[in-house]
Amino acid sequence: MSTTVAVRLNVNGAVHELEVEPRLLLVHALRDHLGLTGTHVGCDTSNCGACTIHLDGKAVKSCTVLAVQADGVPITTIEGLAPEGGLHPVQEAFWNDHALQCGFCTPGMIMAATALLTENPNPTEQEVRHGLEGNLCRCTGYHNIVKAVLDAANVKSASLEQHPEVTA
Amino acid sequence: MIPAQFDYAAPETLEDAIRVLSEGGPEAKLLAGGHSLLPLMKLRLATPSLLVDLRKVPGLHGVHRDNGTWRIGALTPHAELEHTAELGLVARAAGTIADPQVRNRGTIGGSLAHGDPASDLPAVMLVTEASVTLRGPDGQRTVAATELFRDYMETAVGTAEVLTEVRLGAMDAWGFGYQKFNRRSEDWAMVAVSALVKQTGDVCEDVRIGLTNMGSVPLRAHAVEEALRGQAISAESIAQAAEHADEGTDPPADLNASSEYKRHLARVLCRRALAEAAGLK
Repeated sequence: MSTTVAVRLNVNGAVHELEVEPRLLLVHALRDHLGLTGTHVGCDTSNCGACTIHLDGKAVKSCTVLAVQADGVPITTIEGLAPEGGLHPVQEAFWNDHALQCGFCTPGMIMAATALLTENPNPTEQEVRHGLEGNLCRCTGYHNIVKAVLDAANVKSASLEQHPEVTA
Repeated sequence: MIPAQFDYAAPETLEDAIRVLSEGGPEAKLLAGGHSLLPLMKLRLATPSLLVDLRKVPGLHGVHRDNGTWRIGALTPHAELEHTAELGLVARAAGTIADPQVRNRGTIGGSLAHGDPASDLPAVMLVTEASVTLRGPDGQRTVAATELFRDYMETAVGTAEVLTEVRLGAMDAWGFGYQKFNRRSEDWAMVAVSALVKQTGDVCEDVRIGLTNMGSVPLRAHAVEEALRGQAISAESIAQAAEHADEGTDPPADLNASSEYKRHLARVLCRRALAEAAGLK
């Protein structure tokens, strides 16, 4: 019988101390223990990317990470992407470009897209498509999602010139 | 899906990891990035009694070059290999693994120790003639890639051993190609072919071909190599040599492809990988 393990989850800048079973998946820790339900469980088999978050700044699928593996590592979820009440440029672009229909894949898409733009601030359309290979959308056909990411890249590079403090 | 219960340890030194793993017995497993193991545990196809997480063990991460040798720490994620272009074929193949999120977590050591013949890196290790360092209760040993893969998901890594490092020669003078076929971009290879070609002028001085998912272990396509070695490189000579790619193989049919279809893919992908390696396209 496994015992519980103490973990410190550093989520969106707040530290949470939890006692968890080692088998607790990070996505369930976020949703069920911390109430951060913006991160979705889609396929639960590391295919669809709906559970994508940033772990130490990198996009990862939180259904395939144990909560204990994230002990002490900075985590960003969709809730922490923009300041309270505001929208991240990628969120703004998804809104403007109608880059969602049912919206289930959207948090994961946005987390994957923001990580992509951090690594490659001015991607080509092909690079955006390649960079979102880990995220499935069953509604849109991806066209507006790719458009939104490209638009966000343009907005961000423009705003970076004027406001260097705006970062991904 | 929730894994069956297990105990968990995250030791802070390699010595402790080996000791805890050894004391845990045959049902204890090492955890690196977890991107092969955790999916199996969620499906309850794997039910280890103890996971020994390597995340706190120092010195297992990073890509280093000592003169003509690359040393890659076992915990180096695929994304880091992908972005180290000097690694040539290794970077090229690593960039095709699954998707960006998986490449951020999955590690080279984890992938090799898992020994899935549909994974990209095992056949790349064969053609680069890599070796791995294994540390266990009785000390350290080096195992060549040719000896590492024993059978389907079965490797030479002992139950109390930790794969700590991968070493391979710098293949600076070799052209490389990697061609993979799958249904969706993030899927495992139906078949993939790795090619390394060393040319002097248009003559193929040496060539190595690796096959992914054409058997229970990664394979070398020696018949292709023999057909091309010493020959002038052209679209025709490559096409003729590639016809031997499935020689001596007996690929099992699976959900995605019949045995005959895999043999066909091996020949086509071999031709494309050789053309890529020889700079013909």
